[in-house]
Amino acid sequence: MFKWLHPLAKPETLYHFCGKLSPWLMAAALFTLLLGNIWGLGFTPTDYQQGDSYRIIHIHVPSAIMSMGAYMAMAIAAFTALVWQIKTAQWAVLAIAPIGAVYTAIALLTGMAWGEPMWGAWWVWDARLTSQLILLFLYFGVMALHGAFSDRQTGAKVASLLAVIGTINLPIIHFSVEWWNTLHQGATITKFAKPSIDPSMLWPLLMSLLAFKLVMLWLTCVRLRTAILENEQHRPWVKQLVGKV
Amino acid sequence: MVSYGVFLQRELRLLARQKSDWLNPVLFFIIVLTLFPIGVGPEPNMLRIMAPGIVWIAALLSVLLAAERLFKDDYRNGVIEQLVAARHALQPFVLAKISANWLSTGLPLVLLSPLVALLFNLELPALQAMALTLLLGTPVLSLLSVLGAAITVSADKGGILLALLILPLYIPLLIFASAAIEAASMGLAYQGQLAILLAIVLFALALVPMAVCSALKINVS
Repeated sequence: MFKWLHPLAKPETLYHFCGKLSPWLMAAALFTLLLGNIWGLGFTPTDYQQGDSYRIIHIHVPSAIMSMGAYMAMAIAAFTALVWQIKTAQWAVLAIAPIGAVYTAIALLTGMAWGEPMWGAWWVWDARLTSQLILLFLYFGVMALHGAFSDRQTGAKVASLLAVIGTINLPIIHFSVEWWNTLHQGATITKFAKPSIDPSMLWPLLMSLLAFKLVMLWLTCVRLRTAILENEQHRPWVKQLVGKV
Repeated sequence: MVSYGVFLQRELRLLARQKSDWLNPVLFFIIVLTLFPIGVGPEPNMLRIMAPGIVWIAALLSVLLAAERLFKDDYRNGVIEQLVAARHALQPFVLAKISANWLSTGLPLVLLSPLVALLFNLELPALQAMALTLLLGTPVLSLLSVLGAAITVSADKGGILLALLILPLYIPLLIFASAAIEAASMGLAYQGQLAILLAIVLFALALVPMAVCSALKINVS
């Protein structure tokens, strides 16, 4: 697999590879997104307890899962960048970070909108909410750190280092926050967390999850292409490419 | 090869000559503590309940205040660059920085804890717990703030950025330290929380110097 992956470390190859990939990803992402959301928001049965308001689950849960999935992807890219000194992996870190941050923000905002009618409060200092908020701060940290250096190369490297540090810390933060919450109050919220869900609601949810994952991949490809062009603008192949257009 | 002892001596001599570097964070700690009762009201019982959180947040902020300048001078006058260029091992230098930072900002907070207990009407068990958590927790504060300083050393706007990066990493520490003090003030056992704090110290001590060295190398390359 490494032999197959290795040529992709070269910016030019990766640029064309992402270019080939992104229209397919776009089509698949838009298709599954429309299908999953229309199915989930329009055609699933109403919940006996929460009524129609539970339908926000089809946006809330996929974005929450992908906010962590994006962090994982970013951390793997960062680790690759630091260990094998691959520049394109650093750009991948910076390409993924804002996407992950937006997913985290979507998860938080939809969660708040869902929490208001269900728990009667926009915000509860629950373990899950708190660790999601901290995840958002970690994303902001990576993005802000990259922006703070006048030397792009150093900024990208340092941001990768921070992403790796954050990955080591994330489980510690997560479990300590969980411990902190359970110390103070009983599990009033966790019983909502994983109700055994009916298949008629589960399938559109899985479809939305797939859609959110594909959207992330697609946007990463697009952002990575832009980053490659930006960083390699003085190279002959980019000049040739731009000259053609 | 210059050893740890020589680096530590140098750091301490620098601190002795620039007293504001370690005096200001300590004064800041006391001022923040003073602001809380003014902000939330002087009710003694409420202050006693809030004391663990207040003390720890003040400690986090004051250590953070000292962090920004940690590597700035050595970066500007080229010490770090020379060390990297000479292929000198960075670990002794980094460990000396961490030790000096703890001695100058962490230790004073531990020594001030009786005064804090007086200000917030804490009883003896809570005071003991607070001193112990500060003793175990401030090294982690130093480790993480040195890490933050190393990451941002060549950044244009270091100060606020440093806070944004490092404060989320302090959260586990804050949780366990304030839980220990709270348990102690209710007369419960708090050895478990202290053990976790000790585990965090050892874990950070094992990994942070490595990360600091690579951050410094990235910043001067």
